[in-house]
This record gives sequence, structure tokens and C-alpha cells, in this order.
Amino acid sequence: MKQLTAVIDHIGSAVLLLVRSLKFVPTLPRQFPRFIEQCYLIGYTTLPIVTILSFFIGSVLALQSGYSMENFGAKQFIGTLVGLSMTRELGPVMVAILLAGRVGSAITAELASMKVYQEIDALVTMNIPPERMLVLPRLAAVLVMMPVLAIIANLCGWYGGALVCQYTHFISVDSESYFAALKRYMGWKDITDGLYKAEFFGFVIVLVCCHIGLSTRGGPREIGAAVTRAVVTSLILILVLDYFVTKALI
Amino acid sequence: MSSTYSTSPFIGKTYGVTIRHLTKNFGPVTVLQDISLEVRPGEIFVIMGPSGSGKSVLLKHIAGLETATRGEVRIGEFDAADPSTRDQVHLALVFQAGALFSSLSVYDNLALYPREHRLADEAGIRQRVMRTLQILSLEKAFNKFPSELSGGMRKRVAIARALVMEPQLLLYDEPTSELDPVMSATISEIIATLRQQTAVTSIVVTHDRDLALSIADRIAIIMDGRIRAVGQPNDFRQPADPVIANFLNPVIDFKNPRFKQLENNHE
Repeated sequence: MKQLTAVIDHIGSAVLLLVRSLKFVPTLPRQFPRFIEQCYLIGYTTLPIVTILSFFIGSVLALQSGYSMENFGAKQFIGTLVGLSMTRELGPVMVAILLAGRVGSAITAELASMKVYQEIDALVTMNIPPERMLVLPRLAAVLVMMPVLAIIANLCGWYGGALVCQYTHFISVDSESYFAALKRYMGWKDITDGLYKAEFFGFVIVLVCCHIGLSTRGGPREIGAAVTRAVVTSLILILVLDYFVTKALI
Repeated sequence: MSSTYSTSPFIGKTYGVTIRHLTKNFGPVTVLQDISLEVRPGEIFVIMGPSGSGKSVLLKHIAGLETATRGEVRIGEFDAADPSTRDQVHLALVFQAGALFSSLSVYDNLALYPREHRLADEAGIRQRVMRTLQILSLEKAFNKFPSELSGGMRKRVAIARALVMEPQLLLYDEPTSELDPVMSATISEIIATLRQQTAVTSIVVTHDRDLALSIADRIAIIMDGRIRAVGQPNDFRQPADPVIANFLNPVIDFKNPRFKQLENNHE
């Protein structure tokens, strides 16, 4: 019961943090340099790992499905399978997981250390709301960068699959056939559904990580604990919310 | 420290502080018990007490960083716990560890407040920041980061950051802790001279007896979350209360059973 109350309390605090942050949306143009800085951190620095991982996820997906589908003569659908899997599910979820591990942990560590070393208190006494200066630019940046990262992840995954299909001897599906199959069974809705998911996951991750960072209390040891809590909470939320968002979108 | 305070722009309205029946509990622990104090506008009021007596928590209530379990704190006519009070009162707090923004240079630490509140254009902000740095003899450190500064410099930057806000109420949390005697004396001089030049109400939390006796107009002694005494510095040079006397002029007695116990533990 106590734990349930704590969870509800955390959800309530996170929602309040969001409401307080959204109150400062009109000030966003003044936060432009911070917004650009966060776009760089969330987007540009995450890009290499997103590219590499999605390429290999697409490759493995093609390899596994090629190996299985060869047995019942359905190799021509590998492009469809890789395309839909990457676009609707693996692309957004993988980008969200990377975001939680790489950016979410950094956000929590930074805000938690600012809290522990009283920098947040200093902002409050200076009448500079932390929500305006620290939370809002991050939320805005993740909304802009997540669809970009998800599209790049999709493209890398598709091309990873195409390469494997073309150059693996027991699959031998040329790129033309692969992409033709990919296009035939995939519509704009599949792409936009994937992007909505990525957007939603990214927003939730950044909000949760900001909330956990800003609510850290105690000494330097708590910073590490806060980072762990933020990453674990984000990962659980991604997978739980994935089910509900997918259900809502289907 | 530069002696050019005569050009200081910080003269303006200042506020007194009224604390009425303030009690603060953290869970089952009562940190402050029924504290009532009156700080007059323009005075330097020092709050002294041993470690863990609740003086920093009291200061956080005045700064609006904590909410009282019971009672109230008012800055002039404004409620300190109400966030909108910060729109009315320029309040600055010099934190014990400085609380400088580690990702910003000294210059940007000072420029943050005027930038965020759009108090001037960039040239005006630069002039204001450099003038404040000059007052505290920090002009050569303007492009350094907090991690590159000594403890004394960090304190001075923290004071400079408070000054750039042109405060109407200036709070200091342990301004001389972890400093050598020379730097402590310098900080004491800065606090006293700033009040003299700006007439700003200053509340100083410390357990540094020399600082308190040298700069205070009045001193409050807080022990176990309660006000034990309030008076002028002279009242505390030879205090009649043996508990206060022992706190202000501790006598180290190696025959004290506590030392014997520590010795045994060490062995």
C-alpha cells in the first residue's frame, strides 16, 4: 500500500512538473540557445549509436527471418517483415531505450547534482524557475529530435536488412525485390504510428528523468541512485506504455 | 578587496523579517520549535548555534526554500513561503558551498540573473557584472569556472552573484566556513562594508564567534531548534548563561569523560 502511494505520488509530481513547465511555453523563443544545445545533446550525440544499432537490428531481423522463411518459400516477404517491424515497433522502442540509457541518465545526473549541490535552490532564490530554464528546453528538444532519430533508425534498419538479403547466400533476395515488398505492405499510417510512439516515449522519458533528477535529496551518493532509478523507471515505462500505445494505434 | 564602494548601485528599499511561532518537523524530528524573531530593516542580524541546531533550516525558511509546519515568516509585508514574494522582494542567498553553476564561468554565473530577468542589454549586463567583480577584486577571474577557484574565491563569487541581483534582503549561510582566518576576516569586512554602503538587511548564519561579534548589530543564539538568547554583541562577550558561555568560549578539558570514551574507542 505504501509503495502504491509512493508510485501515485511520483506520477502526480511528474504531472505537476509538466504543468508547471508548460506554463512557460510562451518563453520558449527566449530559451532558443538552450533548446539548440539540448537538440544537439539529444539528437546529434545519440545519432551514431542509433545508426549502428538499428543497422544491425535490421540485419539480424533479415537474417533470422530469411533463415526461417526459406523453409516455406516466403523469402519474398522479408522486406515487408523487416520494414514493418522496424517502423512500427523496433525503431521507436530501440530509440527510446537508447534515449533512456544515454540521454535520460545524463539529464538525471545533471539535475540531481544541481539539486544536491544547491544550484537548483540558487535558481529558486534568484526567481528563475528551474522548469523554465532546465525542463522546458529539454521537452521541446526531445519532441523535435525523436521523430528524426526514429526515421534514421528506420532507414538504417531497412538498409541493414537489404544488405543482408542481397549478400547472404541462403537468402539471395535482391534489393529491388526487398524494397518492393517493403513498400507493398507498408502505408503512411505505419510510419506515422511509429513516429507517434517515438514522440510519446521520448517525451515521457525526458519528463521522468527531469522529475527524478529534480526530486533528488541527500548527498552525492543519491545522484547515482537517482540515475539508476530514472533509467529503470524509463525502461519499464517504455515497455508498458508500448503495449497500450500500440493497442490504441491499431 | 577594492575600496570603491562609493559607486555601488545597490542602495534601495530594504526589508525587515518577522518570524512568528515557526515550527518545522522533518517526519518525527522537530528541527525548529516555536521560533519568533524580528529582524529590523537595515541591520546585520547574526544567527549562531552549534552544528545541527537548525540555523540553516531557519535561513531556508526565510529564503522560501522550506515551508513551515506551523507559524510564518514574513519579509516586510510579504509571506516568505509564497513564491510570488520573489517577484516583489529581491532576495539573495549566499550558500555555504557557494552553489555556483558549475557549467558556467564566473562571468556567466553573475550574468545569469540580469539576463534571465532582462534587466539590461548585453553591454549593460557586462558593465554591471564587471563592476560587481571589481568590488570584490575578482575581475581577473571572470572567465574561470567554479572548479578552478579556491574556496575563498568561490565564496567571493557567491557574494558577487548575490550583489549583482541588487538585493533588498541578503542572506549568508556560513560565509566563513572552511576558510583560513585571513580570508574569514576579508569576508567579514565585505559583509560589514556592503551593509554600510547599501543599507541592505543582512542575516548571517554562522558558528564563527569572531565573525558574529565583529559584524553583528544583534545576535540570536539557537540551540536544539529553540532561540536561547537574543542580544547585542556586547551581551555575548561575557555571557551569564553557562550553556552559551560554553558554546562561545569552549574550554577543552581532556579529563572530560567524553574524551576518555573517544580514546578507548580509538584503542
